[in-house]
Amino acid sequence: MSTSTPESSEQMRISLSSANLSKKRRVRNAAASVAMVAAFLIAAVPLFAMGASVLSQGLGVVLSVDWWTQPIPGDVGRADLAGNEDLCGLGFGDAAECQAGGSSTSVIKGMQPAIVGTFLTVFGASAMAIPLGILGAIYLHEYGKTGRLARFIRFMTDVMVGVPSVVMGVFIYTIWVLQFGTGGKSAFAASLALGCLMLPIVVRSTEEMLKLVPNALREASAALGTRTWKTTLKVVLPAASAGITSGCLLAVARAAGETAPVVFTIGYVTTTNFSMRGQNTTLSAQIYSQLTNGGSIATQLAWGAAVTLVGIVLVLTLSARAISSRLTIGKT
Amino acid sequence: MSTQLEARPKKPVDDGTVGPLTEQGSGLLADGVFKWVTLLSGVTVLVILLLIAVTTTRQAWPAFSEFGTAYFFGTEWVPPEGLYGILPLVFGTVLVSLIALFFAVPLSLGIALFVTELAHRRVRSLITLVVDLLAAVPSVVFGLWGFYQLIPIFQSVFNTISDAVESIPVLNVIFGPGSGSSFMSAGLILALMIIPIITSVTREVFMTVPENDKSGSLALGATRWEMIKGVVIPHSTGGLTGAVMLGLGRAMGETVAVALLIGASPQISANLFGRGETMPAQIFRSLSEAGGVYRSALIGLGVCLFVITIVVNVSARRLVLVIDRRIKGTI
Repeated sequence: MSTSTPESSEQMRISLSSANLSKKRRVRNAAASVAMVAAFLIAAVPLFAMGASVLSQGLGVVLSVDWWTQPIPGDVGRADLAGNEDLCGLGFGDAAECQAGGSSTSVIKGMQPAIVGTFLTVFGASAMAIPLGILGAIYLHEYGKTGRLARFIRFMTDVMVGVPSVVMGVFIYTIWVLQFGTGGKSAFAASLALGCLMLPIVVRSTEEMLKLVPNALREASAALGTRTWKTTLKVVLPAASAGITSGCLLAVARAAGETAPVVFTIGYVTTTNFSMRGQNTTLSAQIYSQLTNGGSIATQLAWGAAVTLVGIVLVLTLSARAISSRLTIGKT
Repeated sequence: MSTQLEARPKKPVDDGTVGPLTEQGSGLLADGVFKWVTLLSGVTVLVILLLIAVTTTRQAWPAFSEFGTAYFFGTEWVPPEGLYGILPLVFGTVLVSLIALFFAVPLSLGIALFVTELAHRRVRSLITLVVDLLAAVPSVVFGLWGFYQLIPIFQSVFNTISDAVESIPVLNVIFGPGSGSSFMSAGLILALMIIPIITSVTREVFMTVPENDKSGSLALGATRWEMIKGVVIPHSTGGLTGAVMLGLGRAMGETVAVALLIGASPQISANLFGRGETMPAQIFRSLSEAGGVYRSALIGLGVCLFVITIVVNVSARRLVLVIDRRIKGTI
């Protein structure tokens, strides 16, 4: 707006700006601009380097059907020495080649348990955190408003967003795993931890979206004699639904990628467990434990799990972006 | 404005000619129930925070009471020998976070300025996409990538640097001989991870700078850089501090990536290229297998981390709030 200059002042501007600047000022200005672009590039380069290496290292395993249907090979450290090392030699460069060459004797690389576990825990966490979070946000914005309690809850929610995920893990570990023993380690316990993590994010993002709903909608509904609860559920929430969905998807993406709270609470399995009870595993937990296992097969499993996890998280994040860019109420 | 909603008459006027203004029937009950349900959901946040504080402190109490000050001020963390002094871990956490801030803050400021002041609209959305993607990548993937791809690179770079400064006093202590997994490695990967949060808060702060001030400065003949220096930055100092504090809070709690790159050896050392350990990394590594007083000590670490991050976040929010109020006051 303010940057667009009228046609008439164009001549004036030329004599005022760049040509008449002292060299020092011109150089400084240019240097600052270059520095800003450089800052972006410095941050972007590692992102692309990481994307490239995750894809190149992990895509081979992920593209096989086994990856999605087979259990995780147990004790890969030893299996690795017995099978693959001989076949591929010490310079196991190309993962796909290595796999093809040694497929008869080498371990079947599957990750189904972790994929199922990831979906289970994230689903459980969402089932708890999203309804609670949305209702909480409704309280903050539709009832509490600027009251003392609402302001306090809002502030504490912001604080809770900042509580490290590992603390959530420790919390669920103390109230769940320590109470019920190792039997308590389950997809459900991990869901609790992830739910604690998601809750404040959902509350805050939903409240931001409720703020965008024009008050005229609420007033129009009230003028028709509708009660507040019905107005909220049938008018306000639908109007904000795009934004709320987008915020929830981001929270889900965040939960799907978390490792620390999951590791304490979920245990470890190598076969698929479709139940919320009993030990389970997730992709993020697998990346960590395969990485600490070491050896070429475990490494391939870790990279493959990383590709799968990043894929899931990216799909969630990008769809959140797509939904929020189609946001209708923000633009009115 | 919204108070008009409550102005609705409590009891509908019913004189026989006009129908009731408000729906009759179960709606009245539902209204109350709904309000209480939402209130309870809102209070859940408080309950969870309280539960975290109470239960973790109770589990950590054996360690707190057994070691007392030796726990909080001890300089040796050697669980097999029964030495549980958390200072090396606190030191590691703070040092790694400071390294991360050192690299992340200038970069984030640059990116945020690029987005708000320099970039074309289309470039702007590309940058936000890249920053959002950076924020979306799970911590453990950063760790995996750092572990396999960066540690070898860091190793050789660190060796080159420490060889170069070998004979210079002070520098040869800070950049002493080291390994690929070190305070510096963890700090660098952490910098990458906190850039998105600092950038997005900073960007929002910059966007609150009044357009008039900026145009005014440009009209007085300032270059873009002088405008940024003279208008944008001074207007944003408080918000920027808030952004940095938020980044600090995030950095201190970051777990997996740090655990994979720091070398797992709790020590207080000025050598940035030396191995170290942070509080979350130590909890993450050992909690599942630990028992007895070791477990208490680890949970105690969680309590300390909880307290520290809350203090950091509360002060960050305070700063941002103050800024909010100041901005609103000027409009």
